[in-house]
Amino acid sequence: MYRKQILFSVAASMLLAITSTSAFGESASFKSAAQNLSAKKYSEKQSALEKLVNSYPKKSTSILEAVLDSRLYYVRATKEIVFIEKSAEGYILFDIETEKTVATAPKSKIKKITLNNKLRRYVKNKLAELTLHHKNPKKRLQAAKALLKNITPERKTMLEDALNSENESNIQKVLKTGIAMAELDHPDIEKQIQAASFLSGTLQRNAQTLLVKKLDSLGDVETENQKTLKSTLENTLQKTNRNVFINQQVENALFGLSLGSVLFLAAVGLAITFGVMGVINLAHGEMIMLGAYTTYVVQLLMPNYIDLSIIVAIPAAFIVAGLFGIVIERTIIRYLYGRPLDTLLATFGLSLILQQLVRSVFSPLNRAVATPSWMSGSLSINPSLSVTYNRIYIIIFSVIVLVVLFLLLKKTVYGLHMRAVTQDRNMAKAMGIKSNWIDALTFGLGSGIAGMAGVALSQLTNVGPNMGQTYIVDSFMVVVFGGVGNLFGTFLGGLTLGVANKFLEPAFGAVLAKILILVFIILFIQKRPRGMFALKGRAAED
Amino acid sequence: MLFKLIFPKILDDDLGGRILIGALLISILTIPALNVLVPESSALHVSSYTVTLLGKYLTFALLAIAVDLVWGYLGILSLGHGAFFALGGYAMGMYLMRQIGDRGVYGNPMLPDFMVFLNWDKLPWYWHGFDNFAFAAIMVMLVPGLLAFIFGWLAFRSRVTGVYLSIITQALTYALLLAFFLNDLGFGGNNGLTDFKDILGFDIQQNTTRSALFACSAIALAAGYIACKYIVKSRLGQVAMAIRDSETRVRSLGYRDEYVKLFLFTISAVLAGIAGALYVPQVGIINPGEFSPINSIVIVIWVAVGGRGTLYGAVIGAILVNYAKTFFTAFAPEVWLFALGGLFVFVTVFLPTGIVGFIKEKKLTRFFLLTKS
Repeated sequence: MYRKQILFSVAASMLLAITSTSAFGESASFKSAAQNLSAKKYSEKQSALEKLVNSYPKKSTSILEAVLDSRLYYVRATKEIVFIEKSAEGYILFDIETEKTVATAPKSKIKKITLNNKLRRYVKNKLAELTLHHKNPKKRLQAAKALLKNITPERKTMLEDALNSENESNIQKVLKTGIAMAELDHPDIEKQIQAASFLSGTLQRNAQTLLVKKLDSLGDVETENQKTLKSTLENTLQKTNRNVFINQQVENALFGLSLGSVLFLAAVGLAITFGVMGVINLAHGEMIMLGAYTTYVVQLLMPNYIDLSIIVAIPAAFIVAGLFGIVIERTIIRYLYGRPLDTLLATFGLSLILQQLVRSVFSPLNRAVATPSWMSGSLSINPSLSVTYNRIYIIIFSVIVLVVLFLLLKKTVYGLHMRAVTQDRNMAKAMGIKSNWIDALTFGLGSGIAGMAGVALSQLTNVGPNMGQTYIVDSFMVVVFGGVGNLFGTFLGGLTLGVANKFLEPAFGAVLAKILILVFIILFIQKRPRGMFALKGRAAED
Repeated sequence: MLFKLIFPKILDDDLGGRILIGALLISILTIPALNVLVPESSALHVSSYTVTLLGKYLTFALLAIAVDLVWGYLGILSLGHGAFFALGGYAMGMYLMRQIGDRGVYGNPMLPDFMVFLNWDKLPWYWHGFDNFAFAAIMVMLVPGLLAFIFGWLAFRSRVTGVYLSIITQALTYALLLAFFLNDLGFGGNNGLTDFKDILGFDIQQNTTRSALFACSAIALAAGYIACKYIVKSRLGQVAMAIRDSETRVRSLGYRDEYVKLFLFTISAVLAGIAGALYVPQVGIINPGEFSPINSIVIVIWVAVGGRGTLYGAVIGAILVNYAKTFFTAFAPEVWLFALGGLFVFVTVFLPTGIVGFIKEKKLTRFFLLTKS
């Protein structure tokens, strides 16, 4: 072991020696300047970074990026700075200049160059300044946006430089916004007015604060110019506020829609089982929980394919929860038909058993379910409007579920039989439909959908034994609100409640908003005792 | 004369009821005596813990009777009776909080501790009057009764029935659960009301006080039982049972079914409130957890296990299930939820009329005969 280490260090120093001697003088000094980054004190690191960036602005970009991504290390023995990449055998070291593989090393031989918050901010800002002229337009846009977060006079000249060489119109617009923000403090009042009118309707959050500050600092206005400036600022601010408000409402609505989609997914299984069989399934929440735990188990089984795990988990959860549902129906529920209130009690008992089962098998603690990379992060449409990807996917998923269910119920033989049983069980039986089978399959279908809802929920909330209980009351509200046994009623009910919840929240707070919704539902039921879309005809009277 | 008062005529054909009242009478006479008079070393001594535990069971039994009155005789499955119980409990808790006076942690003579903690400078208006026991006692009945009246008036008038009614009662208790968790509501938020010192000037920790509370619970249960019996035996009760069996027909016959429902529902809520008020001084705490929808479902289970529509069945169910809970949570906590869940499934599938129904229908004797041969 010891010999190996010696061998390694000899090999590494030889390699490094070769690269450093063969390079030009400039490169040697770049490297020696970089070497100072291995300093222990953050203040020393900062001065080293500053020196490096000032003397080699082009070359240091990749170093700044690497240090932000925690890919910048130094070799303990030689203080040589390297990029690393993790591999199965150990760490692969790359030269900071040529970006070619230098050697591989065990973790003990190298040490990460760490940052504190102050340094990280410095690095981010510097990186933005440096990449303003990057050849990739995406990077340029990113850099320009990052610079807008903190506008200073020297940045302004930087932005102007960039604007001269920029030919992408959307980047130009960002750069101009930044320049206008800086020009709000221009000595020439004419320029200030121009800047203010340019910023009219901007969605840049800190432009808004700058405008407010500027307006406050004006105080009493005397000259004509000052008056124009004031009225321009006021107009600009008004328009900006309105635009920001509209965008925030859109964001709220999208958030509400995603919440509504979750509610729909959680409730639709309940709506089906209740509509067809008159069974109130209080264990429905536990089917959601089973689906979420299925996701957890799937991820345990395929730890290296987290991105795929959700795709695998959706059918898996459907099958697991669906099978549980069929077993429950065949062993318990079928003895209780025609006694809806009794099924409520029996299924509540089942929910307790399932919860305790999960607690015994998986422990009572919450389990962590990983989010695949394609679902994390957010889609930022403008500075005031961004939506996280997982919420978008959940909205899409719930629409898919709605469409598939609709086709299943309206276009297949099974759906036809199911609707027949819903409308008139005895007549359906007389026509030769095996209502027992329909019941079992329907209960399985309802439970399976709950399982898929569990997969979706595992991406939004904690996965624990009690997660089903938190959704069961909400699911009931959706079903009752939308009208029992009605697919579209449930969908609209879920979306309405979700959006309403999100719009009430800022005004009343989360808890009060929920209370208001509950009170609203209680009152709504008085007006329409069978929900928004009640079943008509024979099925309505029982 | 006294005998007629304890066993009124209404119980003449109700053997279960007579046994219940008799058992309560005996326990009132013996258990406090065994607790206070018999020395602790004696084998006959009943510990204060047991007295409180039994007292708690009796308040649960009263709550179960309240649920049975509306479920067993009216067909309304209320999944929100825990709310009425908790409201009665909070009313009593507020009285007990005012009795603490300046003995709280902060020693503020005007405000309960949690209000001092929230930096409130004066008592909210709805806390006024709770220094007075009589006022609190009226509130114990009035608040749940009024809520049930308003809720029932809205729901029954627009003919919300069956499952829909069950679900909105659950929404009611869920909304109250969320509301009582709010600190700003002024009921102690998450922690609820606790740390009580005395009731009507008696130290709440004293053995004698505990025995007295036990006796009060037993008397309340007996009185509640007889009151319910009067109601279900009256003509109103007959109409109620007719509504349970066929609501449309009753309505067609010209009865205003919503008034009957409203009356029974309100009475039931008042009984639940009284049960809550007796429960709080015995356990020494009331917090929003009592509002949780699960609690309300569990109450229904007590009634289902005992046998609905008999009143005394509800008492048996409440005491048995709670005894089982005490037993299991002490000796095998992880088994309790399995056992409780299994019990629900078993009772609904195999004993739809509960224990009482099972015995009544002589199935028990037949069962034994079958196993013998």
